Amino acid sequence: MSGALDIEAIRRRLATGDGRRFWRSLEEAAGTPELAALLEQDFPRQVAAGLGVGRRQFLQLMGASLALAGLGACTRQPQQEIVPYAKAPEDGIVPGEPLFFATAMPLDTGVYGLLAESHMGRPTKLEGNPEHPASLGGTDVFAQASVLGLYDPDRSQVVRSAGEIRPWSAFFQTLHAAMQTQRTKDGVGIRILTETLTSTTLHDQIIAFNSELHSARWIEYEPINRDNALLGLQAAIGTDAAFYNRLEGADVIVAFDADLLGSGPNALRDTRAFSGRRRPGGRKPMSRLYVAEPMPTVTGAKADHRLAVRAGDVEAIARAVAAGVGAYGVTAAAAAGPHAQWVEAVVKDLTAKRNSTVVVAGPAQPPAVHALVALINDAVGNTNATVANVRPFAGGREQVAALGKLVEDIDAGKVDLLIIAESNPVLTAPVDFRFAERLQKVPLRIRLGLYEDETSRLCHWHLPAVHYLESWSDVRGIDGTTSIIQPLIAPLYDGKTVHELLAACMRKDESDRVPTSYEIVRDYWSRQRAGDSTAFWRRALHDGIVEGTTGAALRVDRDVEYLPKMAESIPLGDGLEITFRPDPAVYDGRFANNAWLQELPRPMTKLTWDNAACIAPVTAERLGLASGDVVELRLEGRAVRAPIWIVPGHAPEAVTVHLGYGREHGGRVAEGVGFNAYAIRSSTAPWIARGLQIHKTGEHHEFATTQHHHDMEGRDVVRGATIAEYQRDPKVIREQGEEAPGAGETLYPPVRYDGYAWGMAIDLNACTGCSACVIACQAENNIAVVGKDQVSRGREMHWIRVDRYFEGSADTPAIHHQPVPCMHCEDAPCEVVCPVNATTHSNEGLNQMVYNRCVGTRYCSNNCPYKVRRFNFYLYSDWSTESLKLQRNPDVTVRSRGVMEKCTYCVQRIQYAKIKAEEDDRTVRDGEITPACAQACPAEAIVFGNQNDPESRVAKLKAEPRNYGLLAELNTRPRTTYLAELRNPSPDLEKA
Amino acid sequence: MRRPPIYGMLAEFDTPTQLVTAVRKARAEGYRVMDAYSPFPIEELHEALHFHDRRLPLIVLIGGIAGGLGGYLLEYWTSVIAYPLNVGGRPLHSWPAFIPVTFETTVLCAALAAVLGMLALNGLPMPYHPVFNVPRFALATRDQFFLCIEAIDPHFDREITRRFLQRLDPLSISEVEH
Amino acid sequence: MTSPVLKPREDRRPPIIAPGHTFETVTDRISRVVLRKKTPRGWIVGFALSFALMMVLFYTIGALLIRGIGLWGINIPVGWGFAIVTFVWWIGIGHAGTLISAILLLLRQEWRTSINRFAEAMTLFAVACAGIYPVMHLGRPWLAYWLFPYPNTMGMWPNFRSPLIWDVFAVSTYLTVSLMFWYVGLIPDLATLRDRSDSRIGRTVYGMLAIGWRGSAKHWHRYETAYLLLAGLATPLVVSVHTIVSFDFAVSMLPGWHATIFPPYFVAGAIYSGFAMVMTLAIPIRRFYGLEDFITMRHLDNMARVMLATGLIVAYGYAMETFMAWYGGNPYEEFLILNRFTGPYRLQYWLLITCNVILPQVLWLKPIRMNVAALFIMSLVVNVGMWLERYIIVVVSLHRDFLPSSWGIYAGSVYDWSMLFGSMGLFLTLLFLFVRFLPMISIFEMRTLVPEAEVKEEPL
Repeated sequence: MSGALDIEAIRRRLATGDGRRFWRSLEEAAGTPELAALLEQDFPRQVAAGLGVGRRQFLQLMGASLALAGLGACTRQPQQEIVPYAKAPEDGIVPGEPLFFATAMPLDTGVYGLLAESHMGRPTKLEGNPEHPASLGGTDVFAQASVLGLYDPDRSQVVRSAGEIRPWSAFFQTLHAAMQTQRTKDGVGIRILTETLTSTTLHDQIIAFNSELHSARWIEYEPINRDNALLGLQAAIGTDAAFYNRLEGADVIVAFDADLLGSGPNALRDTRAFSGRRRPGGRKPMSRLYVAEPMPTVTGAKADHRLAVRAGDVEAIARAVAAGVGAYGVTAAAAAGPHAQWVEAVVKDLTAKRNSTVVVAGPAQPPAVHALVALINDAVGNTNATVANVRPFAGGREQVAALGKLVEDIDAGKVDLLIIAESNPVLTAPVDFRFAERLQKVPLRIRLGLYEDETSRLCHWHLPAVHYLESWSDVRGIDGTTSIIQPLIAPLYDGKTVHELLAACMRKDESDRVPTSYEIVRDYWSRQRAGDSTAFWRRALHDGIVEGTTGAALRVDRDVEYLPKMAESIPLGDGLEITFRPDPAVYDGRFANNAWLQELPRPMTKLTWDNAACIAPVTAERLGLASGDVVELRLEGRAVRAPIWIVPGHAPEAVTVHLGYGREHGGRVAEGVGFNAYAIRSSTAPWIARGLQIHKTGEHHEFATTQHHHDMEGRDVVRGATIAEYQRDPKVIREQGEEAPGAGETLYPPVRYDGYAWGMAIDLNACTGCSACVIACQAENNIAVVGKDQVSRGREMHWIRVDRYFEGSADTPAIHHQPVPCMHCEDAPCEVVCPVNATTHSNEGLNQMVYNRCVGTRYCSNNCPYKVRRFNFYLYSDWSTESLKLQRNPDVTVRSRGVMEKCTYCVQRIQYAKIKAEEDDRTVRDGEITPACAQACPAEAIVFGNQNDPESRVAKLKAEPRNYGLLAELNTRPRTTYLAELRNPSPDLEKA
Repeated sequence: MRRPPIYGMLAEFDTPTQLVTAVRKARAEGYRVMDAYSPFPIEELHEALHFHDRRLPLIVLIGGIAGGLGGYLLEYWTSVIAYPLNVGGRPLHSWPAFIPVTFETTVLCAALAAVLGMLALNGLPMPYHPVFNVPRFALATRDQFFLCIEAIDPHFDREITRRFLQRLDPLSISEVEH
Repeated sequence: MTSPVLKPREDRRPPIIAPGHTFETVTDRISRVVLRKKTPRGWIVGFALSFALMMVLFYTIGALLIRGIGLWGINIPVGWGFAIVTFVWWIGIGHAGTLISAILLLLRQEWRTSINRFAEAMTLFAVACAGIYPVMHLGRPWLAYWLFPYPNTMGMWPNFRSPLIWDVFAVSTYLTVSLMFWYVGLIPDLATLRDRSDSRIGRTVYGMLAIGWRGSAKHWHRYETAYLLLAGLATPLVVSVHTIVSFDFAVSMLPGWHATIFPPYFVAGAIYSGFAMVMTLAIPIRRFYGLEDFITMRHLDNMARVMLATGLIVAYGYAMETFMAWYGGNPYEEFLILNRFTGPYRLQYWLLITCNVILPQVLWLKPIRMNVAALFIMSLVVNVGMWLERYIIVVVSLHRDFLPSSWGIYAGSVYDWSMLFGSMGLFLTLLFLFVRFLPMISIFEMRTLVPEAEVKEEPL
């Protein structure tokens, strides 16, 4: 035990400081008594040899210490058994053979069902779990980037109290003392603040906790919460409910300010279902999407009819629609004015397609809209058909109200002990709660978190949390699907889970051992399932879902005596409107220290490393503002300085700001990026507020955007048509651009590709522009982050980029997204001009880049018409930070300064599949090779395969009449081709 | 044959015309082994000496051909035989692209042949030559013109030759030591 | 030399050598510049300044090697910037020398005699400056030798389809041939210096360099043959070098680069800028060293005429690019030209047109061609114009090509500028050393221009 304490000590010592100082602090640690104790455990011989006596011993000790606390320690597998997704090789880990493990990542009310790729015990890449109903194999930017979060050198690594590094034991003493006093008064002074609860085990623990300490209170709070939906449905259905959609059955979709297809765990299923209904020649006709929203979202970009309206005006439109479809108890509202036609078309479609439409409202919309939506769905027979109501997990709770109550209790001095797990209220709580100052009145404040952030700074104790990839837990999705979270790696640092923290609270006697989260979770589930718990457990771990938990829909019937009420609508003032949104890259701020996400071009603005006050061109003109102008946003006497960004398609007279920036603490990447929109977000108007004032400061802000030009200049870059036009004459697509020269039209004898001919088809119709492919590629291919300054110089390194074009008027443009990886041209212009043969063609048609041969003339990039090549102008790859090295894909070279790089079609995956195929003496099967971008895509927009095989999916897609090659008239003969975008506009609106 | 006591007899003149005349007269006198020195090239001079060397152009031609062939063969061998690569779907033997380098190597080798050939034929560099022993000869690179009848000429005789040269009324006459 | 057999032409133009000069005056006047003991203060000052500027170049190169070419303004899409612009500019300048020595020699233009020497020197130094850029602009300059075909353990060879490899051969060949041409021309003069120098070091050094030249009629005979052959070889070479440099662009598929007119119009541009630079140098030098007798108004006049002619060819090139963009009906080409006229770089473009097309038209006027100051200014204007031309070709074509999404913008960074001016420092430093230690005018060829050089026929 004492030895263990020594390890505790050395761990602390070793863990101080960030990744860069890691080794130095190690050397400092060497030759201390702690090390001696540590070595005694692992290397008895060295100790026998004595410490620090002579160079030889010293070197041995150094070697030992490095081995201990360095990579060796980091890549240890968890002690408990974890179950791989595919059958594990007989002799455990085979060097060079990646293993896949099913696990899950919680976010918001949802869950990502994941498969984690593990190299020699290091998780390096995450994929969607195809068997998980909420993922179906797709992922999004958050899930893809979360693996970087695991290795983030800025993660908190030690228990800290008043700036002092302390051992866990010291904390447990304090905690125990506090709990003892609370036990005497039934825990009346205890408050536990967590994020939205999705862990069944944690829920069980809390119930147990409460059953013992009845007066203890538990609060959920997240800035992006579902309060409005909850209230709206309560009113409309008379019971707590949440719902999810079955878009696969929807002929018509109406989204009221709802970013259905945007990132977030609940969007994956919808995206897959939606894109499934957008392909021509499917069994069911192409669906039609109506969207009414202020700020363009990926959902709005896909809409057949997008209405750019202020969030506050959505209610009137919803009401008009409800009245139009004869929703229960909705009296005919005033004509929706300018939007009358849109409403008319929507009503017509909804009534025409009973039981097979979906109407949905976003979390930002007030309860009234959610109630209206529920009533509309009822009226057109969607409830229980395409809209499945479910009991919200853990009863569902109003988070803002709950947090308000907590604040009151603090003022009333009722709170003695506040435990904050993960949630970061000091940053995210409504500003009128003045949480930071209230918090400091609490006698004992404990924070468990991944980072020492704004909240940790104000707490007595900061406890390092463990990343989900290193911890045991479970998580329940909105449709009830529950997954067990199994760790891929033993905790890098000495962190604990919230399960363990709660368990520690509940210890009767201080000498009791704190159970591990494995024990807690395992115990919970063995209580749930009678019979062979081991078989059940292994099965659950293997599949990544607990069988029998999926889709427990709650049947809602009209004939119950409950009469639906309308949730009363909150009157908005007038004047300029502001809406608060989660950021497409850093969400509510929790991902702010993730450099991949910070550098991800936001799907709509193409901004990196920033948030902005987004406004419509007309409004900018009226206010005399230009992109980059720094203004002061004043709301209810509060103010924040923000740079303006003009967004075509944004609703006029409204400003959209994204949350999660302007972080003061929480990592070197996060700090000082963007502005903190929470500073003007109040509990009374957490989503939509009017009466915003904009004051120019005369200052200018430099944005780093990856796309400066948003017009296609009349070039046939993105081709498209309406489904009607296309069905009338499929040639319409080919005729939109210049014909590519025939194979014979060349001076040179054509090169034959007889074996495999790898090719890719990208369906622009399915692509939503969510950019999951970009992050997936970055994770798979060890792509470096270059930072804001370099991005603003046009030196970003992404191998696949998602181009975004606006078409038509600046107020209501059509929005197109186009992923652009390397085209792997058969007649590659880049190869011919390379003086040293550093880029050449493989006999399977891959355009290969040989890093070690490249001298860096950049001629290839100049001569690439697609500009997909990326150059290491400096040493961009981080060669020094140890923890980041662990994330790297061992199958992909880490590039150095002065060499060109680009998309390889994930050649490492191609080679892997070919070797496997050769082992069992067959050819590679179609679908056996999936590049990272294709695998991440929730819409299945990217298809890769052997185009020599007429039966392959890619060959079939390329045979479609809407297939076209980008700039094919240059006779580059690209292997990557595109399937044109088809829209399905309402005939009535099209006429108008 | 026995090495003569001196290298030859050097006469100095003031103008190119005098030198050319002197050379002509010397030849008429039957002298063959002689050389003329001038601060700049004089067309008439080597004609008067009946000196013609046509080897240099041939050397240059050979150099050029060698360079051209060498260049093209290098390109062919490296891209077709030594390390064949599919570069942008172009054939291994993309002859049109091989022309520029071939041209350059041709010119390079021809030029080298011209210069080195010239130096070799002229026996340059030549650190030592007897005529430099005559102090006045320094003016050969400024404004004076010299005729040197060498001692190994069968007709050469210290007295006769000196008298013959006297008749050409040079500025000076001096014997050239070895 | 072929000149002596020519009868001096009777014309009213100023003579190519002032009357009253004899072999010795010519010899002494030119060699004095080199052999004088005391170094003029003006030279010291000028050399010091150029040397300082050269240090700026070395500092820049050091920084580039240590930190990487990210120091420059280049990016994706504009992968080439100042480095390539300035490379082409220097190479262009490097064309006048060999052109004057070779082509004018074959054309029997005897007025070339007094300017060919330092025009050749200028060529060498310009090519030396140019040579730095292709190496330094590499991402990994220490691997530049991979561009040469040499047997190696990797078994790798250069890609002979790449214009950059053609460049390597063209430029290195050009450098070698120009160097030989220059040195061969120097040998007789080195012999003169050997014999005229009264310092021991002078005698030894020049003696070694003169490799025992003694002006033998037989040597002169072969010497002239070689010199003529060299001239014959250098002439197509000069044309080929800038043709191949233009291939760097013409062979690519970029709008604004992919043009068949590039070779002739690059060569014309090269001669244009070359003569401009010769003039920029000749005018101050003849003034400073009082060599007006040898570099006469006749020379300046002729060079001005050449500039005017080549300038017009270049102008034709610009016109043709624009015409073809419209006539060819290629939307990308059309856009490119419009973008040149009105895009973000329109200022540079119209400045280029002013410098290279509009202003040089004054050279039609004799009074201007006879006015040293005016010519000097014109030469500077053309130098600037030609640099801008390459800037427009490289940057404007790259920054907006096929896909609007990947369009970008470019501006040179501090390191771009320091490299540009630093290279001028290197150029001037070499030039100052040259005029101090070597005869800047070919003495022996000047002798042939002296009237007595003619051999009068008289009966035996």
